[in-house]
Amino acid sequence: MEDITSLSLSAAASALKKGELSATEATAACLERILETEDEINALLYVDAEGAIEQAEKMDAEGPDPAKPLWGVPVTVKDALVTRDMPTTAASRILEGFQPMYDAFVVERLREAGAIILGKNNMDEFAMGSTTENSAYKVTRNPWNTDLVPGGSSGGSAASVAAGQCFASLGSDTGGSIRQPASFCGCVGLKPTYGRVSRYGLIAYASSLDQVGPLARNVEDCARMLAVIAGHDARDMTSSPEAVPDYLQGLGATDLSGRTIGLPAEYFGEGLSDTVRKGIDKAIDTLHSLGARTMEVSLPSTSAAIATYYIVAMAEASSNLARFDGVRYGHRTKDPKDLQELYTLSRMEGFGDEVKRRIMLGTFVLSAGYYDAYYKKAAQVRRLVRDEFLAALDKCDCLLAPVAPSVAWPIGSHIEDPLQIILMDAYTCPINLAALPSLALPCALSDNGEPIGLQLIGRPFAEADILSMGSALEASLPSIGSPLQKA
Amino acid sequence: MPQDNNCADHASASKISAQDVQHLAQLARLRLSEEDVERFSRQLSSIVDYMDVLNTIDTSGVKPLYSPVQHKIQYREDVAVHVRTREQILANAPERDENYFIVPRIV
Repeated sequence: MEDITSLSLSAAASALKKGELSATEATAACLERILETEDEINALLYVDAEGAIEQAEKMDAEGPDPAKPLWGVPVTVKDALVTRDMPTTAASRILEGFQPMYDAFVVERLREAGAIILGKNNMDEFAMGSTTENSAYKVTRNPWNTDLVPGGSSGGSAASVAAGQCFASLGSDTGGSIRQPASFCGCVGLKPTYGRVSRYGLIAYASSLDQVGPLARNVEDCARMLAVIAGHDARDMTSSPEAVPDYLQGLGATDLSGRTIGLPAEYFGEGLSDTVRKGIDKAIDTLHSLGARTMEVSLPSTSAAIATYYIVAMAEASSNLARFDGVRYGHRTKDPKDLQELYTLSRMEGFGDEVKRRIMLGTFVLSAGYYDAYYKKAAQVRRLVRDEFLAALDKCDCLLAPVAPSVAWPIGSHIEDPLQIILMDAYTCPINLAALPSLALPCALSDNGEPIGLQLIGRPFAEADILSMGSALEASLPSIGSPLQKA
Repeated sequence: MPQDNNCADHASASKISAQDVQHLAQLARLRLSEEDVERFSRQLSSIVDYMDVLNTIDTSGVKPLYSPVQHKIQYREDVAVHVRTREQILANAPERDENYFIVPRIV
């Protein structure tokens, strides 16, 4: 076993199960890789090296358990997911040193499946951002080119997976926060249907949009992760009772004849860079060669989707983040003179700029006299956005679109202009409004070597379908390789 | 920001003044520096201007979609259960005594 960290999760899990690779070897290899790369990419806020090795040794002593699909597989999770044995901050000062008393549902599921959780990934504070520059602790760099952002908000997760620090990671996606960093770092990322995965223990940003999902190095790895985390959880009332199908069954398809893939015209218009367009066009040609038919579809409310998304997200955020008051946990200001000052100073000191901006905007759109014009209006447009997606998906099996209008940009380039960053979510946030599943996968490298991603958007709860089509496409597209080979 | 503003007015004048920012900060329990107030006024105004694109969409008769949940929500029985111990709940408190969270004197 020469280079353990360049194996796929599927290959590693299989080798672990057969005893060809021990849990300790797999864990030690990832920890070694973290030591080699972390100084440069800053993907992790916390690493539990000792705990991971201890757990791996214990598992090795007991031997592989075939009932556990991720037995001995080292993974990481975004720091928005609470973990009972590791601090959890959501990359915010307001939660510095916070030690949760329980595991998120998805973390419970990972542990039950035999995964070894190495550490917690950096992110934009409270998942608010598209670059991972908004972390209160560190700026994560893109493993393909460390001058570039890794995307965000799950940028730490994407960078860890791309750099071989782990075999997969869990992120969360409110407006593109799994798919866009996956795309910028050349990984595969899946945002499941709203309700497919429990949000219990996910630190809430916008509760009607948030969804936990995997980032991994290929489609099959993503399917294996989803199989572990999908399912009903009574502790999240928005968690769906819908049965969980076998996500692996449809993988390896090579013939897409009879399949129709919709291309939403609004996602290929003004604003899409030529570089990304070229990469997507190649993928469309590949789909045709696999027998799929493509057709243009229209989603006319797209032009208002970003504004709708931001109103909904910020309104929900301003409400969700009211819990950080310096009383029960988290940062508290020194010597407040009264309760008001305890609240206002703790929050001023604890929250970063972007978080304050979104809380303020959320407060504005929910305030007296503005509620109907902004929040209610946005909820109405949200219904139109969703209905248009569902009508388009009536005519085709899935939709294909770019993930982002451009490839990853240089660190520091947009930081003073919040509106510019918002516009970068144009192709991802409408899918959250519509609550649909979407699989982001790499389709090409740009001339400068930056990964380009596309997304396959499915019908509600049709994750198996987009994973199947995604695996066919992945198998037929030339591999973009990995930043490990490049180095 | 006038409290009794009606919806028709604001659409044409969505500028968020420094005074509005102060008021919003008060509602959101945030203390802002002078510099923050000025910067947020500028940034929030440009974002709110951008949001006016919503007015280009005809939503008459459209029912708002606040939650995308499709299944029937199952309510649990309203029975109190012990999920955490008092010690666990108090473990992260910035200030506490044996049994309570401590805050500055209120009355």
